[in-house]
Amino acid sequence: MPEQEYNLQGADPMLPRFLRVRRAVVETHDTITLELDDSNAAPQFAPGQFNMLYLFGAGEVAISISGPPDDRQTLVHTIRGVGAVTGPILQLRRGAILGVRGPYGSAWPLHEVSNGGRDLLLMAGGIGLAPLRPVIYEVLRRRREFGNLTILYGARTPADLLYRGELAQWRMFPGVSVKLIVDRAAGVWSGRIGVITDLLRTVQFDPAETIAMICGPEVMMRFAYHELVRRGLAAERIYMSMERNMKCAVGWCGHCQLSPFFICKDGPVFRADRIQPLLATREL
Amino acid sequence: MQGERLGIGGAVVIQSGALDELIKVLAAEGYKVIGPTISDGAIVYDEIRQAAQLPIGWTDLQQAGSYQLQRRQDAAVFGFAVGPHSWKKFLHVPVLRLWRAQRQSDGSIGAATDPHPASKFAFIGVRSCELHAIAIQDQVLIGGTCKDPHYAARRDGVFMVAVNCTSAGGTCFCVSMGTGPRAEAGFDLALTELLDDGHHEFLVESASARGAEVIRQVANRPAQPHHRQAAAQASARAAAQMGRQLDTAGVRELLLGNLEHPRWDEVAARCLACGNCTMVCPTCFCTTVEDHSDLANGVAERVRTWDSCYTLEFSHLHGGSVRSSIRSRYRQWLTHKLATWWDQFGTSGCVGCGRCITWCPVGIDLTEEVSAIRNNQPRHGRPLFSVPSPQGKGEGEV
Repeated sequence: MPEQEYNLQGADPMLPRFLRVRRAVVETHDTITLELDDSNAAPQFAPGQFNMLYLFGAGEVAISISGPPDDRQTLVHTIRGVGAVTGPILQLRRGAILGVRGPYGSAWPLHEVSNGGRDLLLMAGGIGLAPLRPVIYEVLRRRREFGNLTILYGARTPADLLYRGELAQWRMFPGVSVKLIVDRAAGVWSGRIGVITDLLRTVQFDPAETIAMICGPEVMMRFAYHELVRRGLAAERIYMSMERNMKCAVGWCGHCQLSPFFICKDGPVFRADRIQPLLATREL
Repeated sequence: MQGERLGIGGAVVIQSGALDELIKVLAAEGYKVIGPTISDGAIVYDEIRQAAQLPIGWTDLQQAGSYQLQRRQDAAVFGFAVGPHSWKKFLHVPVLRLWRAQRQSDGSIGAATDPHPASKFAFIGVRSCELHAIAIQDQVLIGGTCKDPHYAARRDGVFMVAVNCTSAGGTCFCVSMGTGPRAEAGFDLALTELLDDGHHEFLVESASARGAEVIRQVANRPAQPHHRQAAAQASARAAAQMGRQLDTAGVRELLLGNLEHPRWDEVAARCLACGNCTMVCPTCFCTTVEDHSDLANGVAERVRTWDSCYTLEFSHLHGGSVRSSIRSRYRQWLTHKLATWWDQFGTSGCVGCGRCITWCPVGIDLTEEVSAIRNNQPRHGRPLFSVPSPQGKGEGEV
């Protein structure tokens, strides 16, 4: 390849940077966390943003960034292997190479929470914990700027829970509570079984002083939203992260359109009052 | 009589035979000249070297689901409407290699894009609706913070020779969309074909310095007021002949307030979801990507191709498609064109060219679909719900 190729990178938003996997953590039977060596200084990301990850010859997928925002040397992604690109990504180990474009999209509004030291209620379903993990890192790093942090996390089975070591660490911080629930369990699970809205019923929060952030399957987010509103939380204080098919991530390919929005650039994080009416219409 | 002088905003008259000179002057200036020509029974846009390749003496008969070429009684050069091609095939190309990557001996990967085309385009015969369509694609692809370098490279410096329509096609409705028939902006030269009493000439209006420079090299004479008058009459004639009309008053609110209207089921029963309408539409911009690899030598490439929101794969997520029914896909296309395009880009996504009507194999006519919804709103239907605009953008005005 000619030398000049890299000169184009600034000009061509479709050209990925190629980064090496520094560490691969197998989270569950279908999920892996890849830490990419980005010591050539990536553009800083905000919690909630995503990258387009390219696997050589296989294709590109939109994956949220799940690492600490203050680490400029490392890009972390947690990926569930469900398709033609993410499936083979599960097999990647230290030294493998991935293409990266990004970061793209809107961010979780941490300033809304830190401004006034409000409480933060996170609701995650399945892989939906990954896009919220940078929020947790930031809140713990700047602990005094925030009120209470409540993490409600649901997975299909106990074996599907992500970041198990960290979940245990997080709940040791003052003012942090972590509650887990699974759809079904066999054997040693002594925790709750049910859906995440069941978990929400066990939690007290002050609707005047709380911001909620939800990430998970769309149906889970709809139910969580309605339950939060029923409990008195204003829709303007609820945020959710949307998922759609994406090819370009910059608003050109049309795939992620949801009525007036392109999820890639208007989202993925939306204030619930802006997005909720659209989720109520089927197949929009 | 003195007549008008050349310059920006000035006009001259050329004989029909001088079109050949115009093409040759543009080619001599280094432009790749593209114009209408006949191929496979349709008028398409292709590279041309002489005026004889233009569809002289031909017209097209267009109706919903029907397109036919027919000999004219005269030798009109631009006596037809628009065909299945639009200029987007040259600017936002149907198949484009985005980049090519190769594994190096140390295991790293290098990627490079292809060089952009060296020559600039000159487009001859761009209709007013098409100028509007190009402006709309400009807005989508290079109007935001992230600009498509491939589109930008092809779009940059295009020499636009517009043609003011002097008759309208059977599926045209530019008057309803406010996009024609007379070209108002976005061109270097605008031709109006004047053909009567044995005269066959063109009024040539210049809108740029380079437009004036080019036409100066072609045999011309000053335009007289009667030429301007004849051109205005020809445009008025075309405006009066529109084959279709679309009532755009409040159309955004109308469609977004009727997302569950029974008409969507009715049109879905006819729609084949073939995607023809999106392929011929001059503003549809959606694309997908294909990845090819030659694992033997470690070379891979990404290729971008036009895509259509009518395919099931378009909205695919793990677990299935977001829009699995044809009803939802037709609704997506129509509401995007006429409603949510306003929210996203501040304009309509439809320019009234009529291609989607003509090239629909079952003759679905969006003007008819909109009026069916407008004229039959359930009395006790759901209340209008207003879709929020993206953050930071104003509510689209319709």
